[in-house]
Amino acid sequence: MTTTYAVLSEGLEKRFGEVHALRGLDLAVAEGTVCGVLGPNGAGKTTAVRLLTTLLRPDAGSARVAGHDLVREAAAVRRRIGVTGQDTSIDGDLTGRENLRLFARLHRVDRAAARAAELLERFGLTEAADRPASGWSGGMRRRLDLAASLIRRPEVLFLDEPTTGLDPASRTLIWEAVGELTDEGTTVLLTTQYLEEADRLADDIALVDRGRVAHTGSPAELKALVGTHAEVVVAHVGALAEAAGVLDRLTGSQPSLDRERNAVAVVTKDATLTLPHLVRTLDAAGVPLLDASLRPPTLDDVFLRLTEGPGALAGRPGDDKERAA
Amino acid sequence: MSTLAYDGTALLGRQLRRMRNNPGLLVLTQTMPVSMLLFFGYVFGSALAVPGAEYRSFLVPGLLVATAAGGVMTGMFQSAQDVHRGVTDRLRTLPVSRAAVPMGQAVADVLVTAAGTVPFLLVGLAVGWRVEGGVPAAVGALALLLLFRFACVWAGIFLGLHTRNEEAAGQLGGATFLLPLLSSAYIPAEGLPGGLRTVAEWNPISAVATALRDLFGNAPVPEGAAWPVAHPVAGSLAWIAVLLAVFVPLAVRAYARGER
Repeated sequence: MTTTYAVLSEGLEKRFGEVHALRGLDLAVAEGTVCGVLGPNGAGKTTAVRLLTTLLRPDAGSARVAGHDLVREAAAVRRRIGVTGQDTSIDGDLTGRENLRLFARLHRVDRAAARAAELLERFGLTEAADRPASGWSGGMRRRLDLAASLIRRPEVLFLDEPTTGLDPASRTLIWEAVGELTDEGTTVLLTTQYLEEADRLADDIALVDRGRVAHTGSPAELKALVGTHAEVVVAHVGALAEAAGVLDRLTGSQPSLDRERNAVAVVTKDATLTLPHLVRTLDAAGVPLLDASLRPPTLDDVFLRLTEGPGALAGRPGDDKERAA
Repeated sequence: MSTLAYDGTALLGRQLRRMRNNPGLLVLTQTMPVSMLLFFGYVFGSALAVPGAEYRSFLVPGLLVATAAGGVMTGMFQSAQDVHRGVTDRLRTLPVSRAAVPMGQAVADVLVTAAGTVPFLLVGLAVGWRVEGGVPAAVGALALLLLFRFACVWAGIFLGLHTRNEEAAGQLGGATFLLPLLSSAYIPAEGLPGGLRTVAEWNPISAVATALRDLFGNAPVPEGAAWPVAHPVAGSLAWIAVLLAVFVPLAVRAYARGER
């Protein structure tokens, strides 16, 4: 059986003046899956979403979304997608209900009023529905935004950092909604900086760095690329070197020392390393051990290792441009 | 076309609902010309002599046109606000006719302007302004006024989509307040020194103001003026046609492209 892709892009490029926001983005999202697009600020995530939702035209490259060419069949694409951008995009001068009714009418939804009421109910907004949205809380506005992008059940839903700055309750509501949508067969492409979010929601992850997809894979595959974290804490500074020596022999990797906490850490791809083995070896070498732990890498580790280290999280030139565009 | 009409109607409804929900700006834009009529009419009116007319009768059509030119400002502010709030982007991801969003905004604005003209003209009647050229000509005058407003709003929509920033739009909007000062909206252009008179007579506001005065029968067409003022109705229609021919395609294109 061949895989059908809801989103398939080849070599997408976009420049804003001097800033080369996308340098050949190749993305493939299989139908019915959730793809998490992860990357540091300025990596091009938002630009990618804006291109794939027809808000921007690519300078080069091509893409098909929901089976239609992004540029030549933009109107057909728009009929099949839902978009929740990074910033809320609802009319604060209208009530929540008026917003949804307007979008429903523009989407040619029959019984627009009923659909609006249904979505308000689903996102817990019925009580505030008839007040102007400008007076709503940030979380309520985000939920209304998501409701607006679901007006006509989209084939592909784009979520650009959907839960940034949200309280835990609103975040959970949005996560649940994404789960329900995928159960109904919707394909979801979401960008996020919360690795927990990608880990929890995404079937596949595309790690974007400097306008290209740097790595793709399931969360588990990406974690396997990085390996396991081992950390031990010893009783005094004098024992650090000896502990480091043992870890080096055990894993073949270069340990890093934390002299303030008397800790030694190492990353290993050796899946056979177990905690009892680690502790017994250190104990046998006479290392005064206070604490030892093995933990699988988080997506944070993946992120740092596979992009370019901690500097990748800091802003780069291009951040502002990306947001402004 | 039916898509444009359907989407445009939905978006027209949106604009009217916005104004109903947030009437503050509407009240401000409607009371401004009334206070200017009373202020200019009684403060300047005693010092100004207009050839062949009462100053307040001369001022009422002038203020109508100056207010209509303010459509540049409201158009600009509303569309910049929509961009800023992300509403423009939301609409651009919907299967909506590209021309429907600016069209809905422009038509809504003209309807609101038409409604706002009624209280202003009632105050005008109270201070001595009269329809002196017959009802059909007066209806023509109002139609010309609304057409001019429609053209000005399109210019504003383009500028708002282009600046994309409410604050910049506000500042640019302040500058549009100056445009009527360099026209015959408040004073007869004949009294201006040579160069300024030429500039004022080629200001579209002058042509439309002169056309309204002519059609309402409030003041005669000035002698020896530049062509758009000497033939005010044709001149006004020409200005409106030029504004629409330039700014409708520019605004639709700016909306469809969504980037500078």
